[in-house]
Amino acid sequence: MSVLDSKIPVGPLADKWTKHKNDINLVNPANKRNIDIIIVGTGLAGGSAAATLAELGYNVKTFCYQDSPRRAHSIAAQGGINAAKNYQGDGDSNYRLFYDTVKGGDYRSREANVYRLAEVSGNIIDQCVAQGVPFAREYGGYLDNRSFGGVLVSRTFYAKGQTGQQLLLGAYSAMNRQINRGKIQSFNRHEMMDLVLVDGKARGIIARNMVTGEIERHSAHAVVVASGGYGNVFFLSTNAMGSNVTAAWRTHRRGAYFANPCYTQIHPTCIPVSGDHQSKLTLMSESLRNDGRIWVPKKKEDAIAIREGRLKPTDLKEEDRDYYLERRYPAFGNLVPRDVASRAAKERCDAGFGVNKTGEAVFLDFSSAIQRYGKEKAFTQGHKNPSKEEITKLGKGVVEAKYGNLFQMYEKIVDQNPYKTPMMIYPAVHYTMGGLWVDYNLQTTIPGCYAAGEANFSDHGANRLGASALMQGLADGYFVLPYTIGDYLSDDIRTGKISTDLPEFEKTEKDVRDRIHKLMNAGGKHSVDHYHKKLGKIMWNKCGMARNAKGLEEALTEIRELREDFWKNVKVTGKENAKNAELEKAGRVADFLELGELFAKDALHRNESCGGHFREEYQTEEGEALRDDENFKYVAAWEYAGDPKEAKLHKEELDFKNIELKTRSYK
Amino acid sequence: MKLTLKIWRQENANAKGKMETYPIEGIEGDMSFLEMLDVLNEELVAKGEEPVEFDHDCREGICGTCSLQINGEPHGPDKLITTCQLHMRTFNDGDTIVIEPFRATAFPVIKDLIVDRSALDRIQQAGGYVSVNTSGNTIDANSIPVNKHDADDSFNAATCIGCGACVAACKNASAMLFTSAKVSQYALLPQGKVEATERVLNMVRQMDEEGFGNCSNTGACEIECPKGISLENIARLNREYLSASTKS
Amino acid sequence: MGGFIQSSTMRKFAMALSGLFLVFFLLQHFIINLTSVTSPDTFNELSHFMGTNPLVQVLLQPVLIFGVIFHFAMGFILEAKNKKARNVNYVKYNGGANASWMSRNMIYSGIVILAFLGLHFYDFWVPEMVHKYIQSHPEDATRYYAETIAKFESPVRTGIYVVAFIFLMLHLLHGFSSSFQSIGWNNKYSKALKGFTQAYAIIIPLGFIFIAVYHYLNH
Repeated sequence: MSVLDSKIPVGPLADKWTKHKNDINLVNPANKRNIDIIIVGTGLAGGSAAATLAELGYNVKTFCYQDSPRRAHSIAAQGGINAAKNYQGDGDSNYRLFYDTVKGGDYRSREANVYRLAEVSGNIIDQCVAQGVPFAREYGGYLDNRSFGGVLVSRTFYAKGQTGQQLLLGAYSAMNRQINRGKIQSFNRHEMMDLVLVDGKARGIIARNMVTGEIERHSAHAVVVASGGYGNVFFLSTNAMGSNVTAAWRTHRRGAYFANPCYTQIHPTCIPVSGDHQSKLTLMSESLRNDGRIWVPKKKEDAIAIREGRLKPTDLKEEDRDYYLERRYPAFGNLVPRDVASRAAKERCDAGFGVNKTGEAVFLDFSSAIQRYGKEKAFTQGHKNPSKEEITKLGKGVVEAKYGNLFQMYEKIVDQNPYKTPMMIYPAVHYTMGGLWVDYNLQTTIPGCYAAGEANFSDHGANRLGASALMQGLADGYFVLPYTIGDYLSDDIRTGKISTDLPEFEKTEKDVRDRIHKLMNAGGKHSVDHYHKKLGKIMWNKCGMARNAKGLEEALTEIRELREDFWKNVKVTGKENAKNAELEKAGRVADFLELGELFAKDALHRNESCGGHFREEYQTEEGEALRDDENFKYVAAWEYAGDPKEAKLHKEELDFKNIELKTRSYK
Repeated sequence: MKLTLKIWRQENANAKGKMETYPIEGIEGDMSFLEMLDVLNEELVAKGEEPVEFDHDCREGICGTCSLQINGEPHGPDKLITTCQLHMRTFNDGDTIVIEPFRATAFPVIKDLIVDRSALDRIQQAGGYVSVNTSGNTIDANSIPVNKHDADDSFNAATCIGCGACVAACKNASAMLFTSAKVSQYALLPQGKVEATERVLNMVRQMDEEGFGNCSNTGACEIECPKGISLENIARLNREYLSASTKS
Repeated sequence: MGGFIQSSTMRKFAMALSGLFLVFFLLQHFIINLTSVTSPDTFNELSHFMGTNPLVQVLLQPVLIFGVIFHFAMGFILEAKNKKARNVNYVKYNGGANASWMSRNMIYSGIVILAFLGLHFYDFWVPEMVHKYIQSHPEDATRYYAETIAKFESPVRTGIYVVAFIFLMLHLLHGFSSSFQSIGWNNKYSKALKGFTQAYAIIIPLGFIFIAVYHYLNH
């Protein structure tokens, strides 16, 4: 029997959540006033949890490294948020959303959690609309929907290409209401440095005030980690520059298990790397794949000629182009799920057909869409015999109305006009499905320590579907955590205020100070970014879109060596007790250097391919992912044991009672 | 590209700052402005000097963290973008670029190019929300239809990223565009109308207390806003305020 | 009244209303002045009416003076507050990149206009008050025209008038349309309104300049 107790309620799938809510303990309103909760991270999960818990009456302290809660990286989500509202009457239901999510996640997620997610998804939309989130509407005044990859219904609610921004500002506004009431204290420009455990329970954190450099102690009856994902372990990703694993990793080191670290989503449509100076990657919405056709040249010499600028892509004849997604996946074509599209692009580029100067880009071409829309538009305007110029002009207008802001963004970055020449795209790290292991109540293996949003592992399995991240973050924060945390806190009504003078706080603070001191006084040879970039290269080349045992083993050694070198030779300028961006980065990279190793270890142990985890040894003859349900139908939760390489594996078997396991096919 | 950078350096909030000059070479047109600063900082660290601190995070123009005044304009000479989206191809070889923090009494400098914009948060806290409980027991989202035109206008106002470029650009360091964007977002929606009176009065009061200047309708904010928030929102705030004043 | 003046939005509202009132007054003043070119008799008649009608003298004149003083005083208060809102100035500030010169320099165009008003009061209003209320002259309904054109004999004074009205033009080019924004009037008609206000801002001062130059050349 595993030490992991997922605490999934018994009973039929659809009744579990309701039953659970009826069964768990509550805290009476007067007692809530005596209970403090710390929330680390103010994105969709942290922000919404903070607002809701404060509204219930708890005293909430929020922490974020940004200068305002509103800047958490949830803000950058573009496409939309799923909800099984069935407003379009196209047959959507909680079950269908549940089914799509489990299938999309390649059958590596927990049924009960996903069903609950689907169940509360509708509430999220009601809540956000009530808060004044300006979702897109139809002329009749009702909410509009769009469809997203991998599903057969229209269930995505959106606010142009800024859905994440609008939802986050909604949660931030709810937080503001509580800040104004004095129920939330918001500590901005504060970074969580460590978790404090008293008698085995999470009782507070040590935080660094990033403006003054002061190390502060904060106590609470429970701690919620909602600090997002760890995509920046790859250095280049679509995450924000500051996105980091520190809060989650420090929690892991204090006893919380880390689940499925190798499940990483690589998004197929990002702007390619332009040079060594590159600091971050920019996503182009998945919606572009609705109308863009992806191709590379059929002949290698053409690819080389394009790379060297001797040949223009627009001059290449139709029969010399390889629309490889349409060729390999006739049924889904350019709209295959993200992991499949990404791998296919890598395969072509590795084979030498890449089209930019680094050889790591494929074309996303809108010329057919422009022609198609142009003809349609001309026809509806009554031109039965339009000229080619006329068609192109009209078609461009239609494409501009749909994707204008994305095309403009592309042109700003790449300095090429995507209406005239095809866009160049390449996959990039975007989201991490792995994270802190949590039970059905979102509690980690440390009592009183919870994880929400991207920071936990729970709902997406091995691959996340588009428009589901926003849904999960808000579901955790608005509708799940506020119930489940009360069950734990009901035991704490007589505890009283937790003193920050306890020896545990003193000890943890000392650990934090020692670590900072060590960073400041290392050898001083190479900058922090030097190490981060090196780590990123190892991760991308050996733990990226496709992995194999040999590469992963090399990665394990290389990361370990790099980490040792880091602690000996890193150079951190500035002062300990002042604003110091280099020190901030150093602490984060130090943790990435540990996580990276666990990541490789997890990827190496999982001898199968599933979702975002593609092991080259485990593929079908056509090069598709080959799952091994017999041996790997479990969540891999790693226990920290002093060093990442010593991490101890615990398995949580996944039990599929409501869904039949199948091989995903998009042919 | 070879450039001369003139950058404001200031140790902390209480220190006296000054402009420092840094020559820099090997800058490519494909670099973003912040990547150019990364190159400079890498060089400074190599020399053992403290790098130039500046606020930045998402580097894709949506978080609103980056905040530089470049050659006298917030987010630099290009329009409808943030500093992180400004690319070096906008400049010419040999140019001198002056880089300063956003300046306003309400935005005290924290270090170098970083300023404290929490005044904007406090304006929002004063009333930039709808007082609805987040319990999930609200009515169905489609039970209140909203005119598409109003919904679109509300969205356009809501796209404000809170970067403070409006304040930085305004000769009076006024935060009216920022405040009006939030007031407008809610004023245009039925959900927000219920509290419209208190909201506008409280938010304007807070804005004044923070020490922002008065709007004199120069329109600089609208031109420099990376999201193109319209001056119409300021007029709407004025209307809302006048009508609220007669009610309260 | 305290609350009225304390909020930034209300201050701007008051500024806009007083400004609009002065813009309206300007039109009336211009029409009367214009008659000095077209018909000295009408000019005398109108001037006499304005100068002796108790309603104008006791009610409108104080309102006007209050409007002028309020507009200037508030202008200075706002300017002081605005200066305070940026305690450290930019080393480089490219104001021309995002706002018109007129909008950024209302205080300077305002100061020039204020200085001009001083001269204008010294030229006309003070002598008029002295003439009417301190010394006692027999009433003469035909004296105004001659008194007026006498002022434009001096090329210096005429020059000052011309310069002052150019500044008034600059002030109005921003101020007139801006006042509508301040009272919350921005809608689909605003573009047309802006056209009107700019035409007004150019034509009226040019008209005043024309009258001054006309009298200078024809005295």
